Amino acid sequence: IKPSSPCNKCLNVSWDSTPPCTCTINFTLEHSFESNVFMYYGLSNFYQNHRRYVKSRDDSQLNGDNSSLLNPSKECEPYRTNEDKPIAPCGAIANSMFNDTLELYRIDNDTRTPITLIKKGIAWWTDKNVKFRNPTGDGNNLTALFQGTTKPVNWPKPVYMLDSEPDNNGFINEDFIVWMRTAALPTFRKLYRLIERKNNFQPTLQAGKYSLDIAYNYPVHSFDGRKRMILSTISWMGGKNPFLGIAYITVGSICFFLGVVLLFIHHKYGNRNTSADIPN
Amino acid sequence: MHTLSVERGCLERVYGWSLVRLGLELLVCSFLGLAAGSLQPLESKTYQLYLCVPLLSWGEPALSQVLPGLWGLSECGAWQWPGAPALHFQSSSGFVRALTDRAVRGALRGRPSTAMASGPLRAPCLELNLQVGLSLCPASFGQCRSVVIVFHSFGLYRLLPCSFPFLIFSFFNSSYNLELFSFYICAGEENWVDSRTIYVGHREPPPGAEAYIPQRFPDNRIVSSKYTFWNFIPKNLFEQFRRIANFYFLIIFLVQLIIDTPTSPVTSGLPLLFVITVTAIKQGYEDWLRHKADNAINHCPVHFIQHGKLVRKQSRKLRVGDIVMVKEDEKFPCDLIFLSSSRGDGTCFVTTTGLDGESSHKTYYAVQDTKAFHNEQEIDALHATIECEQPQPDLYKFVGRINVYHDRNEPIARPLGSENLLLRGATLKNTEKIFGVAIYTGMETKMALNYQSKSQKRSAVEKSMNVFLVVYLCILVSKALINTVLKYAWQSEPFRDEPWYNQKTEPEKKRNLFLQAFTDFLAFMVLFNYIIPVSMYVTVEMQKFLGSYFIAWDEEMFDEGIGEGPLVNTSDLNEELGQIEYVFTDKTGTLTENNMEFVECCIEGHVYVPHVICNGQILHDCTGIDMIDSSPGGSGKEREELFFRALCLCHTVQVKDDDSVDGLKKSQAQRRSCIYISSSPDEVALVEGIQRLGYTYLRLKDNYMEILNRDNNIEKFELLEVFSFDSVRRRMSVIVKSSTGDIFLFCKGADSSIFPRVKEGKIEQVRSRVERNAVEGLRTLCVAYKKLTAEEYSNVQKLLQNAKLALQDRDKKLAEVYEKIERDFILLGATAVEDRLQEKAADTIEALQKAGIKVWVLTGDKMETAAATCYACKLFRRNTQILELTTKKIEEQSLHDVLFDLNKTVIRQNGSLTRDTYSGLSTDTQDYGLIIDGAALSLIMKPRHDGSSGNYREIFLNICRNCSAVLCCRMAPLQKAQIVKLIKLSKEHPITLAIGDGANDVSMILEAHVGIGIIGKEGRQAARNSDYAIPKFKHLKKMLLVHGHLYYIRISELVQYFFYKNVCFIFPQFLYQFFCGFSQQTLYDTAYLTLYNISFTSLPILLYGLMEQHVSPDTLKREPSLYRDVAKNALLRWRAFIYWTFLGVFDAVVFFFGAYLLLDNTIVTSNGQVFGTWTFGTVVFTVLVFTVTFKLALDTHYWTWINHFVIWGSLVFYIVFSLLWGGIIWPFLNYQRMYYVFMQMLSSGPAWLGIILLITVSLLPDVLKKVFCRQLWPTATERIQTKHQCLSVEQSTIFMLSQTSSSLSF
Repeated sequence: IKPSSPCNKCLNVSWDSTPPCTCTINFTLEHSFESNVFMYYGLSNFYQNHRRYVKSRDDSQLNGDNSSLLNPSKECEPYRTNEDKPIAPCGAIANSMFNDTLELYRIDNDTRTPITLIKKGIAWWTDKNVKFRNPTGDGNNLTALFQGTTKPVNWPKPVYMLDSEPDNNGFINEDFIVWMRTAALPTFRKLYRLIERKNNFQPTLQAGKYSLDIAYNYPVHSFDGRKRMILSTISWMGGKNPFLGIAYITVGSICFFLGVVLLFIHHKYGNRNTSADIPN
Repeated sequence: MHTLSVERGCLERVYGWSLVRLGLELLVCSFLGLAAGSLQPLESKTYQLYLCVPLLSWGEPALSQVLPGLWGLSECGAWQWPGAPALHFQSSSGFVRALTDRAVRGALRGRPSTAMASGPLRAPCLELNLQVGLSLCPASFGQCRSVVIVFHSFGLYRLLPCSFPFLIFSFFNSSYNLELFSFYICAGEENWVDSRTIYVGHREPPPGAEAYIPQRFPDNRIVSSKYTFWNFIPKNLFEQFRRIANFYFLIIFLVQLIIDTPTSPVTSGLPLLFVITVTAIKQGYEDWLRHKADNAINHCPVHFIQHGKLVRKQSRKLRVGDIVMVKEDEKFPCDLIFLSSSRGDGTCFVTTTGLDGESSHKTYYAVQDTKAFHNEQEIDALHATIECEQPQPDLYKFVGRINVYHDRNEPIARPLGSENLLLRGATLKNTEKIFGVAIYTGMETKMALNYQSKSQKRSAVEKSMNVFLVVYLCILVSKALINTVLKYAWQSEPFRDEPWYNQKTEPEKKRNLFLQAFTDFLAFMVLFNYIIPVSMYVTVEMQKFLGSYFIAWDEEMFDEGIGEGPLVNTSDLNEELGQIEYVFTDKTGTLTENNMEFVECCIEGHVYVPHVICNGQILHDCTGIDMIDSSPGGSGKEREELFFRALCLCHTVQVKDDDSVDGLKKSQAQRRSCIYISSSPDEVALVEGIQRLGYTYLRLKDNYMEILNRDNNIEKFELLEVFSFDSVRRRMSVIVKSSTGDIFLFCKGADSSIFPRVKEGKIEQVRSRVERNAVEGLRTLCVAYKKLTAEEYSNVQKLLQNAKLALQDRDKKLAEVYEKIERDFILLGATAVEDRLQEKAADTIEALQKAGIKVWVLTGDKMETAAATCYACKLFRRNTQILELTTKKIEEQSLHDVLFDLNKTVIRQNGSLTRDTYSGLSTDTQDYGLIIDGAALSLIMKPRHDGSSGNYREIFLNICRNCSAVLCCRMAPLQKAQIVKLIKLSKEHPITLAIGDGANDVSMILEAHVGIGIIGKEGRQAARNSDYAIPKFKHLKKMLLVHGHLYYIRISELVQYFFYKNVCFIFPQFLYQFFCGFSQQTLYDTAYLTLYNISFTSLPILLYGLMEQHVSPDTLKREPSLYRDVAKNALLRWRAFIYWTFLGVFDAVVFFFGAYLLLDNTIVTSNGQVFGTWTFGTVVFTVLVFTVTFKLALDTHYWTWINHFVIWGSLVFYIVFSLLWGGIIWPFLNYQRMYYVFMQMLSSGPAWLGIILLITVSLLPDVLKKVFCRQLWPTATERIQTKHQCLSVEQSTIFMLSQTSSSLSF
């Protein structure tokens, strides 16, 4: 974040500052986005792939196993218990879950129209439905089910209060699931929200001015990190990635060139070899 | 008693330390040994006396200060007890001290006076040791006999258990510190008592005999097995972990168990367990087989006599002193003293085929005083003791004494020699039964003592593999080091080391930095340890083991005649067959059939050829003669008959009547019924040949030789004198008296010794014929006669008598007499006997030479015959210039001059042709062939007194190196081995192969890198001791050119590929560390880490290692020059190794950064969802598995359905496994990181495209390199390959291309 950025003031926020530091960034889209738009947040210099970090989770707890809920795996240390109560979800990954809130507005003649951000469907289907499960027990009251556990240290709210909707709350909260899938590289992005195309006659996001409201909770300055927000559309080929195209073109042309060279060599030398062999 | 005049203080300090060290070693080793249950006697009685090894570790200067007398002893002396005649101490400074056997023995038995008194014993060193021995020998251990063994290092666990208490004893009793150099073995261990007393039939000796020392002998059990049921697991584990690789993996496994490492111990534990189990099962099975074989021998019934009755017992229950009865065609169950036989004269016949390979019958003699005992009761009444030496391995040496007691009289003592000793392993022949008393049993028999466990031969490939391993180990360590250092550099900023989102636990924070760093280093080691895969060893072993079956199953090498195919005794050397540079071959029986055949005779210039050979088929009762020349006239007829009679009479052949054959058969084939036995196969061939020409030698009876002439009449000749053959005269004669009273002297011998003594006869014709035959490689003999009158004969008789009675120079005088008598002959004719070359021997030798292999013939035969054979088998060609290095020549000039002359000739030639040397045997270059004989060789090998012994050898080697063929004749078996060793240890360290069929070749077979035995006529000794055995010499060609070549290609590819694929595998992990904060995060899932080498990529390469034929076997056979392409370990040199490694690194970089670019900042699923770290790893891994498999597919030239199955099958297996692994929440895992990762990856288009792209890119350079090298610098192999492809597949294309190119060239 550059010093000029409006969010500069929030650099030194801590996890549970209330009210959250908010800031607004305005930006302009040059082209309109025709199909569904995906909204990502990106972090850099964040080592989600550090070994100590990667293994600091308890998959059976996340899978709704009741015994693990109250007795999380040792791997979660030092985020295993807090004040003698087991943490749910335990571990460093869960503890450091991204908790900024992003809101997107379209600025149309100085009126800010909020854009509907859909928060479901951002996690892998199998993760949401199979791998992650809330603990089972009598009734559906998550508060009761998570009885006896405590929230991760850095979280403002316990896990059963992540969302108001019951099918997106607790361990099966999709934001949480997305976060729990650790990234391969220290600079990564994660899916935040979907913006669906409403009808066929209007692009999803028209070109024009937008503003992004950020409830800035997540400190990255201490590790020299950065945050980003990315809007992207996707074809069947995935997102925009120049690498594949360039690589294909390069390799293709190399192959072609070499093919020609080889043919030439074959003409020139191949013949000599076969003829040289005949006296043998 | 302590007589050392050395400063005590010094000694004590030195020895004190030695004591501590040695003590620790002893304890450790003994503990290990005890734990493994392996404390057992050393196999034979050969002990190495490392007298000063402990001292050595203190360095020579210290040593010399402490014990000036020991100065010369700074290297350990080796002493063989008691077979070696002398004790040698040799030091680095060339100080040699020899002591006579007697002196040492006496000394060691506790009579220092003997030792001191004897001349050469000036050495304080020995004195020291003896004093030590004596000073230690306490009264209560009066039975202690000898000083044995100072052990150093791990050899110790083989110590005798019984020595252990004595060791302890000597520790506590150590008023002198010197005892660590020696300790005692109790009297029970008879091994070291130098004579033994045996009571025949276990009878107590009569009173008054020498004091009875109870002696314990081993029973007659043969133990060749290594393990017992109880010690199998500990001992086998111990043996296995002695292998450095297994040990390495064990360490890795332990590290994983102890510290917190990125991968679970399972990843290395499981493969290790697998490997260990498989090996243990294999070794256990082999040992079980040995147990079974041992049991079969140990349980086979033996007759022996107890209380006058014949009892059958198992062989293993036989004890020393038992009287044993052996029947005809039975093998002797142990070493026996021959007491009596069913033959009246107290002799028996024995073949020692199973022992030393000689199939001829040998006569043994019973003890004079006992040969009269013919039945059980009589033999049981025998009251005697035998004193003899302790067992020693020399088969032909035995010294003993038998005391026979008759009715309380003084015993009659008789000497016993080797002619009284029947050896285990030999077979009784032609004798109904014999009685003997067992003197050496079980493992003490001479056969068992001669049974050497073959030293492990290691192939060149294995050696280079180990070198590569070390390189990789270095890479591994440096990788881990780099990462550790970088990690701490990177972590120096606290927000990196411990950002707020990723705090350390309390214990982690408190840990010591250095300990932490060390743990990290180990963790990196563990992370990268897969670079040296366990599975490589397994695969290599499997490849060799299964590969050896492919050799054994080769139908082309199956010999109908013997009904046997090749045998593979060692599977470790398959690839070594492709590396041979020198072939040492025996002549008789190897190059030739060892089957003498009478080819023709020439009587006065007329050539007679028996029909049998002429028509190419054997006609049994053929008596006809095919005369090539015109029929001789009247006088010729007479001469002809005389000639045949001469041949019939002039020999020393014995006739063995086949009485046992049933009469009917005998009468039918009367002529064939007798079997001729002679020391010389030539004579047999001659007699048999003459038999075919109509004259049959029947027998020698009461000094009358009977022959059956053409008209089926028996003629009798009285045999008057035999002048036996000797190699100086090179002829033999007989004087016979015919029934008509005429006295003839018939003589036959080499042409050079006959012709000068001939006074009439058609010398010229015969000579020309003889010369022609000799050139053809036939063994020729000339026959002459002279008629003696009665007076002349009586003269001769007188002369002979005088000579024979002479006391001095009898041989010389006899020779003079022979010289006088054997003259003025009338030449009759000449014979030619052929020892036919084996089928295709010449072809094989030619092929081997074309393949760049130098062929040496080592034979015991005489020079002329050997040279003729060499010409016949094209070892020498017409234009080969023969250099001779023979005794004859050395007599003329000094050895020095001869050597230098030859060297000069060779060098001159060589100098002008250096550039052409590789093109080899083109016709215009001058080949050299060297002939050397045994005597000359021993002169060369003999170290000179001035210490410059290497000098002649160097010149000799230089000459040899420049000769295309070398023939060594008149070689003793040991000399053969010596030659092999000489070449083996020469500068270039060439790979040698020795091939032979007889027992005399065993030493050289054992010595050479690869030993090949011919399953031939002279027993199976060679075949048993060899690494491979083949039925015929011609099979050597296929063995080397095809199997050797192919296996070399296979294993070298296998080794390189293994390193390559593990570089590909691990290098991305290494790169990944740069992106995960050096946190040892693994890139791949544990399952992938574990299974990569075990199941995803193991089978294709194994199969490649078994099936690959880069060129078809036929082509390999047809084009021997292809062998040069793989010579000198060509495919495993550094260049190839570096190429493969770089290829691996390149591929790894492509995988990693490809995946990096693909996934970095990219959304790859169509619903916008993101991938995590495990998908990243899976992409890399998928690309890896596919690339590595495709690479192998590209390298495979020979596709069978099974190749297709395995290669594509592995890929399919990988996919199926991944689907499964990610498809289920596995309840036993505590993490579910792979859940659906693979499917998600497959559902993404870019991932597919990326994977395909990356595979292509990583394969591209290899393909390019191949194509370029092939086109621009093709090797011979590749040319052949292209040719074949062109001819078969792309014929039309090539045709078109050549058309276009020819049009272009205009």
